[in-house]
Amino acid sequence: MRFNKVLTVLLSMLLVVSLLGGCSSSKPAEAPKTEAPKAEAAKTEAPKAEEKKAAGKMYIPVISKGFQHQFWQAVKMGAEKAAKQYDVEITFEGPESEAQVDKQIEMLEAALAKKPAAICLAALDSKAAIPLLEKAKAANIPVVGFDSGVDSEIPVATASTDNAKAAGYAADKMAELIGGKGEVALVVHDQTSATGVGRRDGFANRIKEKYPDIKIVDIQYGGGDHLKSTDVAKTIMQAHPNLKGIFGSNEGSAIGVLNAVNELKKDGKIVVIGYDAGKQQKDAVKSGKINGSITQDPVGIGFKAVEAAVKAAKGEKIEKNIDTGFKWYDKTNMDGEEFKPLLYD
Amino acid sequence: MELGMNLKKPLLKSDATQKLLAFAGLIFLFVGFSLASPNFFKFDNIVSIILATCVNGVLALGVSFVIITSGIDLSIGTVMTFSAVMSGVFITFMKLPIPIGIIGGILAGAACGIVNGVTITKMKIPPFISTLGMMMITKGLSLVISGTKPIYFNDSPFYRQISVGSILGSMIPGFEIPNAVLIFFAAAIIASILLTKTVLGRYTFALGSNEEATRLSGVNVNFWKTTIYTLCGAYCGLAGILMSSRLNSAQPALGQGYELDAIAAVVIGGTSLSGGEGTIIGTIIGAFIMSVLTNGLRILSVPQEWQTVITGVILILAVYADIVRRKK
Repeated sequence: MRFNKVLTVLLSMLLVVSLLGGCSSSKPAEAPKTEAPKAEAAKTEAPKAEEKKAAGKMYIPVISKGFQHQFWQAVKMGAEKAAKQYDVEITFEGPESEAQVDKQIEMLEAALAKKPAAICLAALDSKAAIPLLEKAKAANIPVVGFDSGVDSEIPVATASTDNAKAAGYAADKMAELIGGKGEVALVVHDQTSATGVGRRDGFANRIKEKYPDIKIVDIQYGGGDHLKSTDVAKTIMQAHPNLKGIFGSNEGSAIGVLNAVNELKKDGKIVVIGYDAGKQQKDAVKSGKINGSITQDPVGIGFKAVEAAVKAAKGEKIEKNIDTGFKWYDKTNMDGEEFKPLLYD
Repeated sequence: MELGMNLKKPLLKSDATQKLLAFAGLIFLFVGFSLASPNFFKFDNIVSIILATCVNGVLALGVSFVIITSGIDLSIGTVMTFSAVMSGVFITFMKLPIPIGIIGGILAGAACGIVNGVTITKMKIPPFISTLGMMMITKGLSLVISGTKPIYFNDSPFYRQISVGSILGSMIPGFEIPNAVLIFFAAAIIASILLTKTVLGRYTFALGSNEEATRLSGVNVNFWKTTIYTLCGAYCGLAGILMSSRLNSAQPALGQGYELDAIAAVVIGGTSLSGGEGTIIGTIIGAFIMSVLTNGLRILSVPQEWQTVITGVILILAVYADIVRRKK
């Protein structure tokens, strides 16, 4: 009984809060134009930032797909850099695993309730987030997608790596390194997210289109879990003794492939191409055990997402698709100055 | 379940049938996959399967004891991670010698087990809840302590050899069985001796069959229960060492979900969740069934979605077979 009372009180409080949050969408911000024309991102925000300061700092929640992974820590670094530069307040949060779509939705709900100036979101599942995004749109809160982005018309901009393009480049490199023919396989981190699907298809399609003599014999998923990816990669190598190369689609997958090569003593016999960075992967690229990897620019992703959110909140025009780029690194070029901020530990 | 007092006799008999049943299942899978793919039954692949079983197997060994007492431990996956992180702290951060780091990691796991035992016996919190709490605590602590970053063992190349090195291979050329496998088998033999030959094992079964009767016959139930959870924690610690040494790093974000695989292995091996029965050999067979299944389906390039479905079906069938056998 007592528990019921407490529950009732809590529920009614929640109701009041959500009502308040829902009704008082009295943000002055002008409705951001969804169809912002490309290019010409105005670069004169300095004086405007001053104005905002007087009225209290702008608040922008950044909701990522995770926070534990080194990649997300680098995104966070970039987001914080932008927050400092534009003098806005940000929070950075994300669910513990990339399967927790529900947790992320809760975070988004909570963020919306705080009536932010804008929201940055890397959706785990775009479709699941759409009702909330519509709510944000109705409340004139601009949404900026980052990383895998949000598959909808609502976000005013998306700061991301073109996964398919980057993976296609990895396929070109794979073809070059194995001499244009033979069997290759993929260890992918998942089969539902935009990054997983984009990288898998980007790689596979390029092989199919350009390299008729290369056969993709297997595509398996390791969930980005280092240990599972190791066993997945080992099994693939056992099943296909003539395998020439493997592509690991993110850090955990690439490390899994690397471990498998080590454990089966296939160094030098199998071409390994990775994705992202991380200390182990960097060391392996340096020693040549991984022939090369694609790196995104996580710091840039975080920075550009917050930058776009600030501009959108002020009603400035921004580019719809902000390509944050990718780079190929191997032992010959990875010590270059340009890679320092990209190759996180 | 069984009559509380008459523990030994019906147990032995049902154990034998269960072992046979599970073992037959394992053989069936082996033969099936060997026929389906020429790449399955090869020395390297068999070694891969055994190596892939080690972490899950050691976790399953530990949790077998707990399940036989009719308890449950949901914290095993994250306690494993916590132990791995702690050994990383000892070895990489504090630069302690590797053996101390290993013992420290195992003790960290055991410490979590003690806390589980105390919350269950003294605070009277049901095992499901207290170990669920411990699951979250250790998961969070692993991230806090490691600073959400993996801890690498790059300065201690020997650490990696614990799992993937091969003492056997260095003695007998070509017989490259990784050390992790030997450690796993040793851990299994110890578990089997503890369960069948010692007073700890007897009380484990007694607690699971009838806790009240055990208490009334003058056994210090709280002490033995706590000991059993501690033992389980220590096994998680060992699993943590094996995992981190294989990955050459303590990955603080891994671990959750591993507990369910381990519990599934125990159950497939014929240990009843209502307690009082179970064998170590059953657990090992259960763990092997799971990894043979995953390996075989992967070799056949069955899409991963279906692999999960099939594993689920096998789990249900295995437990159903057990129930049917029991009714007879």
